[in-house]
Amino acid sequence: MAEPDTFIDDAMEYMPQLYSAAMRMTHNAADAEDLVQETYLKAYRGFSNFEAGTNLRAWLFRILTNTYINSYRSKSRRPVETELDDVEDFYLYRRMGGLEAARSSRSAEDELMDWFSDAEVKSAIEALPDSFRIPVILSDVEGFSYKEISEILDVPIGTVMSRLHRGRKSLQKQLHDYALERGLAEDENSSQGRDGID
Amino acid sequence: MTDDNTPLNCERALAEVYTFLDGELTDEKRRHIASHLESCTTCFEAFDFQTELQMVISTKARDQVPETLRMRIAEKISYLRIDIGQNRPDDGHGLSQA
Repeated sequence: MAEPDTFIDDAMEYMPQLYSAAMRMTHNAADAEDLVQETYLKAYRGFSNFEAGTNLRAWLFRILTNTYINSYRSKSRRPVETELDDVEDFYLYRRMGGLEAARSSRSAEDELMDWFSDAEVKSAIEALPDSFRIPVILSDVEGFSYKEISEILDVPIGTVMSRLHRGRKSLQKQLHDYALERGLAEDENSSQGRDGID
Repeated sequence: MTDDNTPLNCERALAEVYTFLDGELTDEKRRHIASHLESCTTCFEAFDFQTELQMVISTKARDQVPETLRMRIAEKISYLRIDIGQNRPDDGHGLSQA
């Protein structure tokens, strides 16, 4: 069993990550704040169940995720298990992968960082249905392993992998749509695409 | 049918892009892919793009915690701490039955 004071100090450190995830889940600051607060209070009340030295961050995300699914998801009108359109692999790279080389000598990283605003990345994640969005948040944003995600969500690792894969492809399609809107990318018919990985 | 000495083809390498980037492969499979990427510019560029994209996503999807939230949580927990720590019937914080 963890000591309460140490537990609080350790747990508080993860608030920025929990709050960012809560924002992506609930889509608004008021609900995100309530969700994070509820997570900490549940964690504090239940800390005697937490084994010191084990994965505190994953445990907090598990509480956050369960609280969201049980209490907040029902408030949204989004369907729980929306299916995603099938999107091809490397969707964004096939369409935009050549742009950084064509436009300048800057590194791919600098270019990609400039292509999309924080708001576009956030809203592309938020556009995903819950069952795909949560694995994407836990992996791409928070860097949890497949095994940790499988424990946080209580689903098999294979399910984590397939949801993550499909969620990431759909996220890329959404980002590409933003690029199209801004005239950054050309549409399907006029783009030259990337050769060689088909 | 996997043979250690058979060079990995592009299709098999590309199919593992996420497990590779997520650090979820066995050392042996990881070595196979790394060695393919050393010799195949086409796959290297695709993997590189995907790496950068994941970095963009993890960097840009962050929000600053409102200071009022941090304070509110600290305050609520300090009430709970008094309840749990002292457990007196008259501590005035509502959880105990007077």
